[in-house]
Amino acid sequence: MNKTANLPPKPVWKCGKCGGELKHGTVKITYLGNDLRVEELKCLNCGLVLITEELALGKMFEVEQSLEDK
Amino acid sequence: MVTHRANIYKEVGAAMDQVELRRLESKCSQENPPACTAGCPIHVDVRKLMLAIQNQDWKSAASILQQKQPFPGIISRICDHPCEDVCKRKDVGATVAISNLERFCLENYAPKIANVGAVPPKSQTVAVVGSGLRGLTTAYDLARKGYIVTLFEKSDRLGGNLWKHPEQQLPAQVITNELSVLNRPNVTIERNAGITRQDLSQLKERFDALYIGFAAQSEDALELLGENSTVDPISCTTPIAGVFAGGRFGNNSPINAVADGRRGAVSIDRYLQGASLTASRHGEGAFESKLFVNVNKIPSLPAVPMSHESGGYTGEEAVREAGRCLNCQCLECVKACKYLESYGGYPKKYLREIYNNESIVMGTRHANKMINSCTQCGLCAEVCPNDLDMGQVCLASRESMVRRGKMPPSAHDFALRDMAFSNSEQFALTRHQPGFDSSKYVFFPGCQLSGSSPEHVEKVYAYLTEQLVGGVGLMLRCCGAPAHWGGDQGQFQTSFEEMVVEWENLGKPQLIVACSTCHSMFREKLPGVVSLWELIKDMDLPIQGDGANYGKVAVQDPCTTRYEQGIHEAVRHILLRLGCEIEELPYSKELTKCCGFGGLTAFANPRLAQQIVENRIKESTVDYVAYCAMCRDRFAAHGKRTLHLLDLIFADDLQNAATRPDSGFSQRHEHRARLKRTLLHKFWQTPQEKERGYRTIKIICNEEISKLMEERLIFIEDVQQVIEHAEGTGSKFINPDNGNYLAYFRPARVTYWVEYQPQEDGFVVLNAYSHRMEIVEEVKP
Repeated sequence: MNKTANLPPKPVWKCGKCGGELKHGTVKITYLGNDLRVEELKCLNCGLVLITEELALGKMFEVEQSLEDK
Repeated sequence: MVTHRANIYKEVGAAMDQVELRRLESKCSQENPPACTAGCPIHVDVRKLMLAIQNQDWKSAASILQQKQPFPGIISRICDHPCEDVCKRKDVGATVAISNLERFCLENYAPKIANVGAVPPKSQTVAVVGSGLRGLTTAYDLARKGYIVTLFEKSDRLGGNLWKHPEQQLPAQVITNELSVLNRPNVTIERNAGITRQDLSQLKERFDALYIGFAAQSEDALELLGENSTVDPISCTTPIAGVFAGGRFGNNSPINAVADGRRGAVSIDRYLQGASLTASRHGEGAFESKLFVNVNKIPSLPAVPMSHESGGYTGEEAVREAGRCLNCQCLECVKACKYLESYGGYPKKYLREIYNNESIVMGTRHANKMINSCTQCGLCAEVCPNDLDMGQVCLASRESMVRRGKMPPSAHDFALRDMAFSNSEQFALTRHQPGFDSSKYVFFPGCQLSGSSPEHVEKVYAYLTEQLVGGVGLMLRCCGAPAHWGGDQGQFQTSFEEMVVEWENLGKPQLIVACSTCHSMFREKLPGVVSLWELIKDMDLPIQGDGANYGKVAVQDPCTTRYEQGIHEAVRHILLRLGCEIEELPYSKELTKCCGFGGLTAFANPRLAQQIVENRIKESTVDYVAYCAMCRDRFAAHGKRTLHLLDLIFADDLQNAATRPDSGFSQRHEHRARLKRTLLHKFWQTPQEKERGYRTIKIICNEEISKLMEERLIFIEDVQQVIEHAEGTGSKFINPDNGNYLAYFRPARVTYWVEYQPQEDGFVVLNAYSHRMEIVEEVKP
């Protein structure tokens, strides 16, 4: 199944709150008591973090599954 | 059978410990040797040998024989083959000619005389008296272990009785060649060295152990041992310490003589190593295998005749004859169950994996997904000759995982949310029949029938209130099966207790259930539960549409009715009354198969659940009739024309009903909520409540997106909440190229992302996905 069928190639998302560009910044994510720090696109102004479909269903899903089996 | 199942529930109620593991393992016969190997006193791996011959892998064939036989060239020519007496092929054709095949291998592809590699030499010495098969085997086995062996033979050549075989059967050259294996530094052969009783005490002085290679109580043995000739048949010990002898009577069976000699060697080795002579000896010699082999459906095949009787098989004949080997396995459950098949093993192996999974303190639990993939349908127990129920094992393991907080949240979260929805005010409802203040009965349609065919629930309720006297109450909610299947006993108990309170408030009326899963959850806990089918089987049926002329149908018995003979009969009785012709599926009634929804397999392992359903719908080409809404919807979703039994009674358009697509998770919620509102309005004249809050947000999505949301387990209400949050707070991303918005929200344990576009009075959904990891970032207001 093509899981990315509905996303146009490399959309340039902007923050819908302030209209600012998204920049790479450190983001703290947590699951089942495990904290991870990753570099992701975010609005440095407003704090909105972008998790793309590719990331959510790819790498992030893998990490979730492996943490669940720990 | 019901009582028997109840026992199993008790048996595996606790998490598995070592004792429980062993007990369960002993029920799975798959790892037992085939009858031929067990029946062979020295346990030649005949099954493997037959495969090697089929593959014309002569090198492997010879090495398989060499592995167990001390002198394969000799034994293959004279073996009395007790293996053939127990060969399972006997019942479906004729026993496989194992002995002739061995002979073929050795005559045509004789291996080099095994050059036993250097073993660490031992200093202890053993005297072996007599060089018949017993003495030769003992000497050979002990020499291989490094002992210093002296073999005493009264004549001028080794072999004893071997020389009595006709030259044509056992050529002298073969004997000489094969026995040359004893020409090794740690073996001394004393020819023309007859041993008398007087010599014996002297030998006892010179050697650390003695083996008298004669049959028990034989003339030779009596002469040598006199009053000490009583030999223990298990340990081959004589009353004299350190002196061992043949424990088996007679010389009529060459292969048993070899086994007897081998037993003596094992004992002498143990004696010299100071180990117990009696412990764990049950595996030696011929025994009856516990391997269960079902030959019922195996076509009979006659033995392959030899074109030259005296010359043995030709290569082509040998390959064909070996091809008749059944390659004996049990695998009864694996053959019947897609789940057990899909993990490439069999219960005994899985039991160890499950046990290990439970024992892990730190590290990855590799069996979680396997444990969560079983449908708990009970078919394995039904087909297992020892009633091993892997469903109950998996359930006990899930319960233990939940108790210890080790259940992966992604496995059952969605199903438990669905259950919570059904037990919330969105759907849950308990009422007496309108105009009654007591109930003799209460109708419990269940959440899945309500989610799939709300119109049937409405019609059945109306029908029951017309047919039954004394008041028919109504109870809408979930029976708790998702929590039970998921191993969450806490949630199951809470749900069940809530339900019991409601039921007691109604005055404990007789429960009428339309769903067999509900039936299975309540039957042992609440008195008098009756299935809708048993109740209405002889009542007037308000047949609508063309139900009476539907023709041939195949019945899908839900797995939760496996031992409910009354339900099976009632359903067939109704179908016959409706004029249907019934086709029984190969797996039906107590052998029925799950649709893949049971045990929450569809959530924990969607791919397997799909294989299960695809496999099931292939069993017949005629239309199926199911009486479980999930079975019906899952079959229909995979393109199988399937009716619900209620369709045949209440639907107007059966062609439409047979192809009606699966409702999908979001629509089931919608159906349940609307059913409650409609029933309240129609029967109890309650004013229709309007939806409130985010539920009023209009969501527009095409078929592709709806399907995507189904696959990704995202409800419409999740999308509604994301959009409500994004539009309310402005927290969203925008794509300047096309004006699309992308937003996220985490109502509970999952973060949902929706890409959308506002359109008039609603929102067009363009994409949706989710993750369980939480972003810990403050969004500024």
